[in-house]
Amino acid sequence: MNALLTPIAALGATVLAMLAAVGRVALFAFETVTHLFRPPFYGREFATALVQIGWLSLPVVGLTALFTGGALALQIYSGGARFNAEEVVPSIVAIGMVRELGPVLGGLMVAARVTSSIAAEIGTMKVTEQIDALVTLSTNPMKYLTLPRVLAATLAVPVLVAVGDAIGIFGGYIIGVTRLGFNEAAYLKNTVDFLEMWDVTSGLLKGAAFGFIVATMGCYYGMNSGRGAQGVGRATKTAVVAASVMILAANYLLTELFFTS
Amino acid sequence: MITLTDVHKAFGAKHVLQGVDLTIDKGTSMVIIGGSGTGKSVMLKSVLGLVTPDSGTITVDGNDVQRGDRDAFLARFGMLFQGGALFDSLPVWQNVSFRLLRGALKRPKEEAREIAIEKLRRVGLKPETADLFPSELSGGMQKRVGLARAIAAEPEIIFFDEPTTGLDPIMAGVINELIREIVTEMGATAMTITHDMSSVRAIADNIAMLHDGVIKWTGPVSKLDNSGDPYLDQFIHGRAEGPIEAVR
Ligand SMILES: Nc1ncnc2c1ncn2[C@@H]1O[C@H](COP(=O)(O)OP(=O)(O)OP(=O)(O)O)[C@@H](O)[C@H]1O
Ligand SMILES: [Mg+2]
Repeated sequence: MNALLTPIAALGATVLAMLAAVGRVALFAFETVTHLFRPPFYGREFATALVQIGWLSLPVVGLTALFTGGALALQIYSGGARFNAEEVVPSIVAIGMVRELGPVLGGLMVAARVTSSIAAEIGTMKVTEQIDALVTLSTNPMKYLTLPRVLAATLAVPVLVAVGDAIGIFGGYIIGVTRLGFNEAAYLKNTVDFLEMWDVTSGLLKGAAFGFIVATMGCYYGMNSGRGAQGVGRATKTAVVAASVMILAANYLLTELFFTS
Repeated sequence: MITLTDVHKAFGAKHVLQGVDLTIDKGTSMVIIGGSGTGKSVMLKSVLGLVTPDSGTITVDGNDVQRGDRDAFLARFGMLFQGGALFDSLPVWQNVSFRLLRGALKRPKEEAREIAIEKLRRVGLKPETADLFPSELSGGMQKRVGLARAIAAEPEIIFFDEPTTGLDPIMAGVINELIREIVTEMGATAMTITHDMSSVRAIADNIAMLHDGVIKWTGPVSKLDNSGDPYLDQFIHGRAEGPIEAVR
């Protein structure tokens, strides 16, 4: 009897622990947002975070988009050839990049780059008592560390996504014109004609949501880091995994919300 | 006045504090001694509210430290952490004048920098140190920057967690004198943890010894050598034999 129940009990315990973690993360996120309306604000920290998260992520996001756009053009061309629909390449590349691949791949790359560095930095601050020191110096770590990073990521990732979209479409254009024999003007016209405003806006909104997730997970796991180097390592790993999974889950939910009516 | 009444704190199965009772009068210097790992740092952090006790009460001037306006409460405190806990993203002078650069005590930048350099001088550091980053300093220098930060805003109550560990004997003497000065001249209340018996004699008005989760002995520094307490005697003379086991 016991042998039968043990795995079920373990499963139950895991599920309960997961639900509790979700609750704690949600409370953490909510608290972060409330600090948006309660001074003091730390402008300098916000500016630093904006540079760290936004500006310095540009190369990574740009390269990701460039290669993805190129690969997408090749794929759509060879796939489209099966039903003589090669001419849809420009519009499918544009829609695919802007609605889906731009925000998702951009978000995941930022998770790899930014979530890990936030979690490691704040985790190290936690284990070396710097967070305690902040508190004794009358500075709320949520205001000083968390809010600037979360706000910066929420604002910067949509901009990164917009840049990524443009570069991705450009990547498709290069391949289309040089390798697939498209006329330059026709490719551009096709891209512009079939792209709607909402395609772009929905992708940017996704970007904002992913930016929020990326920074919040980094801060949450950093603040709750275990003791020692091992604790920081574990916090960093968990933060990146959690942020990536949440980005993909949120992407599905937002796509449901935006595009099924 | 700081009072701890029957304070308990456990981490998992480990009962660190098991009913601590202690009173520190305003304007006096209390030194906490006790074996490594007995919970001295945890006790200091409980007073600051960084660690929440499982039971018992801690009051400062009659107010419960867990309730009320935390910002106003913490503005009265300075704390030197055992590991220094300097912000490694900020240069030394901004660490020292952290409180003076933001929040209620905000001053102009130049003034904050001047105060920082003055406090650095008091802990025996040259003005050139001000623009270095904490990672560029030796362990003892980091400790002294932490000390400068703790006293920068001239708090009423100051906690020092092992202020002289890692310092050479001359520098330790300078720091002992500084702590004594802060108490006698500025009228601050100080609580210092140290393992250094010469520091104890230089700094303390009163001494409390933490052992087995309780205050085993407390009294004025004049009674240190004739307390008749076997635990205290073993500790201050550093004997391996006695009621305190060497393996803990
Ligand atoms: N956050 C924590 N989580 C788990 N255990 C802790 C935590 N903080 C302290 N402890 C444990 O509490 C005990 C007392 O720690 P504390 O740092 O107060 O010792 P201490 O008396 O200051 O020792 P030392 O003189 O070596 O600094 C130690 O056994 C430590 O492992
Ligand atoms: Mg300690």
